[in-house]
Parts: sequence; structure tokens; C-alpha cells
Amino acid sequence: MFGLGKRDLTLFFIVAAMALFAPFILNPFPTDSGMAQFNAGYPDLMQRFVIFGILAIGFNILFGLTGYLSFGHAAFLGVGSYAAVWMFKLLSMNVIPAILLSMIVSGLFAVVIGYVSLRRSGIYFSILTLAFAQMSYNLAYSVLTPITNGETGLQITLDDPRILGVSATADGGIPVTNLFGLEMRAYETLNIGPWAFQFSVGYYVAAVIMLISFYVAIRIFRSPFGMMLRAIKSNQNRLYYTGLNARPYTLAAFVISGMYAGLAGGLLACMDPLAGAERMQWTASGEVVLMTILGGAGTLIGPVLGAGFIKYFENIFSKINDQVVHGWVSFLPDGLEDLVVALIHPFVGKGWHLTLGLMFMLIVIFLPGGLVEGGQRIARRLRRKPSPDDAKSASTEPAE
Amino acid sequence: MSKTTLTRRGVLRTGAVAGAGVALPTIFTASSARAFTNEPTGGSVTLGFNVPQTGPYADEGADELRAYELAVEHLNGGGDGGMMQTFSSKSLEGTGILGKKVEYVTGDTQTKSDAARASAKSMIEKDGAIMITGGSSSGVAVAVQGLCQEAGVIFMAGLTHSNDTTGKDKKANGFRHFFNAYMSGAALAPVLAKAYGEDRKAYHLTADYTWGWTQEESIKAATEALGWETVEAVKTPLAQTDFSSYIAPVLNSGADVLVLNHYGGNMVNSLTNAVQFGLREKQANGKNFEIVVPLFSRLMARGAGENIKGILGSTNWHWSLQDEGSQAFVKSFGTKYGFPPSQAAHTCYVQTLLYADAVQRAGSFDPCAVAEALEGYEFDGLGNGPTLYRAEDHQCFKDVLVVRGKENPTSEFDLLEVVEVTPRGQVEYAPDHPMFAGGALGSCNPGA
Repeated sequence: MFGLGKRDLTLFFIVAAMALFAPFILNPFPTDSGMAQFNAGYPDLMQRFVIFGILAIGFNILFGLTGYLSFGHAAFLGVGSYAAVWMFKLLSMNVIPAILLSMIVSGLFAVVIGYVSLRRSGIYFSILTLAFAQMSYNLAYSVLTPITNGETGLQITLDDPRILGVSATADGGIPVTNLFGLEMRAYETLNIGPWAFQFSVGYYVAAVIMLISFYVAIRIFRSPFGMMLRAIKSNQNRLYYTGLNARPYTLAAFVISGMYAGLAGGLLACMDPLAGAERMQWTASGEVVLMTILGGAGTLIGPVLGAGFIKYFENIFSKINDQVVHGWVSFLPDGLEDLVVALIHPFVGKGWHLTLGLMFMLIVIFLPGGLVEGGQRIARRLRRKPSPDDAKSASTEPAE
Repeated sequence: MSKTTLTRRGVLRTGAVAGAGVALPTIFTASSARAFTNEPTGGSVTLGFNVPQTGPYADEGADELRAYELAVEHLNGGGDGGMMQTFSSKSLEGTGILGKKVEYVTGDTQTKSDAARASAKSMIEKDGAIMITGGSSSGVAVAVQGLCQEAGVIFMAGLTHSNDTTGKDKKANGFRHFFNAYMSGAALAPVLAKAYGEDRKAYHLTADYTWGWTQEESIKAATEALGWETVEAVKTPLAQTDFSSYIAPVLNSGADVLVLNHYGGNMVNSLTNAVQFGLREKQANGKNFEIVVPLFSRLMARGAGENIKGILGSTNWHWSLQDEGSQAFVKSFGTKYGFPPSQAAHTCYVQTLLYADAVQRAGSFDPCAVAEALEGYEFDGLGNGPTLYRAEDHQCFKDVLVVRGKENPTSEFDLLEVVEVTPRGQVEYAPDHPMFAGGALGSCNPGA
């Protein structure tokens, strides 16, 4: 079905189910329990999960298939965001034109950067892309301030023209981003006992786009074009000797990957109409690399998992402050409590980078294939047992 | 994995769960009409403290957080009550806000607009914060203020000094207690002219973002009106840590005053570089070379150490002020933390009290009712003398302090001396002043 093999179809349905039921999966703890701190099922973070998932899927098409490590992918993300916000400012608050323009602009941008950068490979390619991204960042930050609004970031205002929409709503507010009237920020809360699940329009729009992107990525992975990209990764010289020119293929992969990043940037702007220059900073580019390696480079689902992992740490661990830790260990005697808090302190709150760094080291050292390898190892261990129950969830998926 | 078995029961179960998931939320769509975002329902109310915990303004952020914790303690009836005793409004009783216990969540803005908005969003969406406050950068303040306007919660700005926050980027849901660049210029220029003469040539180094731009514009306008000349104005990136390459050209520019439109770690580094280059011992145009730091704070003074001595600047508030409110605040802050508060701590503490008081007076957490209670509100006893929250742009108007780095500090906190308290009348401006034009408050948004 959909031109996918059985395994890929199963994977696709697992991802689809995860995306559909994310508000439940990510909110395992009752709202007023102490563990509610670890719930991630609120619209903003769920949107980030899928949007950065798109970014990582796109990055993986380049890095996972061709082996070209781009250190400048954040530039496309930023360009996509700026394009989308300008669309909101000039045309209308509908997200469709914004998403389309962000993909087109980032695609063009990728053609230019890719044409120059792909003349080199390996570390030189990485440095070239990094240089281009930093250039874009600095341009957006200062010289291009009339277009990008510098450090403050580009925002929509009451006096934007919006030719197809309205400059201001009837009650004098700034109109919100929507999909033919369906507001991105609208959400419904479903209360089941002590649990509260939030279903956000923005999240489901982003999730559907993520699924489409994921599907396209699977098709690319399994296509002859994908095979050619893999050939480039394994031995580019041999490819040249057989008389094939690899450049058009790598450029195509680079542009596709850049358009994915632009799409992610455009979606970020759709969920929250602001574009800031720091989206293009080299740390943001590095984050995409981390996501892909953490999840498992070259695998289909790995980058999505890696993106979720990093965003979870950034948004959940950074919000655990000393007061919260004190709450957890309040059952201990006073002196011991302070000691435990002092020990945990460097790893939570503003120390979330440290925790993430440690996790990254552990994963790279013990699971070189990323989270996907971890999952495979667990699955293999379970399968060795007499009753293999692990594939059950997959087998109950309807196949239509 | 390769074999897919479909059972009737499995299909039914999946279908039922999916159906329930899709259908259930619609039951709850018909919510009451006068609802607003995050209306507190239980016995507590959550405030969101969004401060920089990492990055160039981390020191200010840490001090802001201390002030917020103190404010929450006082609102809940703990401690000695601090400024609640001296505040001209007596509606706060130390029983929380409207009888609800005040709780809070914290987040890290990283001094990046994106991160700050993500953090504020999670406070609003996940933790149910009814009000967001904090920030130590105008870029972030403008971004988060925009977000709060869209989400329908009140934003009580922390340390933000750019004209734009209550100028072209003002929002109906956003309020600023801190003074702004225009006021700095208006207060500082006469003092500068008196101290250094009226025929000076100034060279500006400016942090390249909204605050730096408006501060440069304001100081230029105010000093040029008194006869100064601006030789050149150079923008420096916010993330810059070494300013040597920017200081060197100053020497040969013909300028005799260097204006550092920098704040926090930026200012500490640029001032240290300038002193290392021997600027302060230099003579130019037959006059002593002078350095001016228009926005000063004690935390910066401490970072810059010896270099700060004798340098003029302006500040929103200083702990050595002798009025009742300031004294009460310094006392309770000092008791809790062992050192005096910074101006960032002061403005954040005051903003929290002002919000709580406005809710109390309005009798509701509804952002529109709160905004109405704050607009045009006259109060006193919070450390800056009689103060007005102007309705037209949500900016506070109060006295401004001109300070100088102390020559002989008696302690590590006693680094600034107040040169002049510029009266409110001298720093006031019309809401449609050209430096503040171009924006609109819009209408208050209660959200949901």
C-alpha cells in the first residue's frame, strides 16, 4: 500500500499512531501529581517534537544517505521562518502560502549554498556550510535588520498590510495564524479523572505535515535515487570511475534536505509567528547534528526520536529548579536533603546542557547506532525469550 | 513483523479508542463565554518567572529570581512583608492573591527571543501561569510581551530599558515599571554637560539590538541638544566578549567622550578594555578623556571593579536610597540573602506586588480587569517616589537617579553614589513622542 514495503508500512503506521496519540503518550502522569513535572504533552512542546522531527528527517536524507555532514542546516530553518513571517505580514495569516513560500525560499537558498559547498567533501564541506550559516546569522543579526528586525526578531504587528487578510481583527487585536479559519493556537482539553489531555490544532497540522514528510523520506530512502545517494556515501571515487557524475545527486539531496529544514522553519513560524536570528546560529545547526546522531543516523525513525529526546531535555529538565528538587526529597532529614539537592542541582535547571551532554556521551560510547540501536538490542533480547511478545503492538495495526 | 494478523476484536478496539479520542474533546467545546486563559480554579494561582539563567545577563537573572521568591513569600504572608508595609495601596493582606496561595514556576530565557518564548509558552500551556514576568533584555521583553498578548495573559516586564517596549512594540497586555532610554538621556544629559562641559565630541559603542539602538538615539538627541557633537556610533554584537578591536579606533577618531551603550557582561568587558587601552588617562582636544555608561547597575559595577570609579550613568533604583519603601525592601532582601538587592531585583519585586495589588483591586484575575486597574494608576511607597502607570503606553513615570562610580567604596556593595535624583517632570514625554511613535497598544486580550 502507498508503494511501501511491509516493514516500512508498519513503521509508518507506528509513527502515525504515535503522532495521533501523542497527547496521551506524552502525558502519563496525573496533572496534580508530583510527577506532572515530567509531562510533555502540552501543545508547544508537542509541536516542537514534530517540527524538529521534520528538520531531522530532512537532515538525515543528506547526512544519513550521502554522508555529507552539513553544519549549516539552521540557516535554512531561519530562512524558512523569515519567509513565513513575511508572508503573514504581507499576504494573509493563512499558513498554506507561508509554508509554501518558506519551502521555495529555502530551496533556492540551498541551491546557492549547495552549489558552492558541494565542490568539496568531508570536513571541508562541513566547514563551508558552517561558514555560510554563520554568514546568514550575522547578516540577519545586523546588516539585514530592515528585513529581519535584528536581534529582536521579526514579529507581526497591527499595521502590517496583509492584502488578502485583515491588518487587525474587529476587536483591535493581531489576527492569529490559521488554516482556512482553523486557528493554530486553538486547543481542547479532555479531562479523564485526574488527567488532562490537550489536543491542539497546531499540533495536528504539524503532525500531518510531519507524516507526509516522513512518507516522502521513506520513498526517497527506497528509491533508485536513494540507492545512488548511498553509493556516493560508500565510495564516491568508484562512482566517478564508472562514469557517473555524483554532483547532481548530492545537490538534489542537499536541496531536498534544505527544503525540509525550510518547511520546519516555516511551521515554527506558523505555530508562533516570530522569527529570530538565533535560529540560524551555529549552535542550532549543531543541535540538528546531535538529534540525528543521538537517534541513529541513516535510519528512518532515529532522527525523529533524537529530536524528541533533545527537545524534551531542553524544555522539561531546564524547568526543574531547586524548589522542585526540594519537594521530591522532602522526606529525607534536613541535612541529607540539602546534600541531595546540592548533588542534583548542577544537572537540572540551567544545568540541563550538562545532563544532555552526559547522555549524549553514554549513547555515543555504548550505542553507536543511537537510540534505534538501543531499541533493536532490547527487541533482540526479548525475542530470544521463548514467548516473543514484542511485535504484538505492530501486528494489531489495521492495514486497511 | 512481516506477518500482519487482523482480528475482528483488534479492529473494533482500535476503532473505538480512536473514535473516543476524536469525539470526546467536542463535549468540552462549549465553555463559558467570559472565560480567560488559565483562570485559576483551585486554592492557588501560578505566576511564571521567566529570567535569563544562562548567557550575558545571567547575574541579573539570578538576582531577579531572588526578588521574585521574596515577593511570593511576602504575598503569602511570610517574612516581614517588605514593601507591602510601605505601599500606598493597602489591599494586599499577605493572604496570597484574592485568597489564593501564590505559587510560581521558573524558566530560562537564555537571553534569546526564541528560547524565552518557548519557556513562556510552556509556562502558559503546561503550568497554567496567569501572568508572566521577568527578562533582562529588551529584545526578549518585546518578544515575550508579543506572546503574552497573543496568549491572553498579563506580561509584567522585568529589566527592559529600550524605548520600543512601551514605544513601537507596546502591547495592551504588557506593563513596564522600569525606566527607559529616553528618560536616561533626559536625566543624564544636564549632569554630563555640567561635569564635562558643553563642547564635547562623543563616540558611541552600541549593543546591536533594540535597546542599544534606542539608547544611542536617546543619548545622542539629549546630548546634542546641549551642544555635544557625535563623532561616530559603532554597533557591536550582543555576544561579543572582547571589545579591543572596537576601542582602538576611538583613540584616533577625535572624540573626547566614549559612550558605552552596553549592559551586563557586555559593559563589564567593554569598559575593562577601554581602561586597559588607557583611555581614561588620555587627553583629547585639550580635555580629559571621559567614559559614560548611560545605564548602570550595581551588578555591573561589581563586575567592572576598579574601572567603574568616577564614571557617570543613570539607574532606576539604588539600595542606598533613604525612603521608607527602599529601606524596607533592602532590609528584607538583606535578611534573606545577606546582601543588598540590585535594580533588576527591585523592579521585578515591585512588578509582582503591583500585579498582585491590581488583581486584588480589580477583584478578578481577568487580564482585562487587571489591565484596567493598572492603567493610570498612581502609587507611592515602592522606592521611586510618587509613580504613575500611564494608560496611553503602560509605562511607569517616576524619578530617575543619576549615579557615579564611587571613588572610595566602603564595601563590595557600596559601589555607586547618587549624584542627582532627576524629578519625574524632567523625564516625562508625550505618548506620541517621535522616539516612541509607530506602535499601538491594541485591545486587551483575555485569551480563551
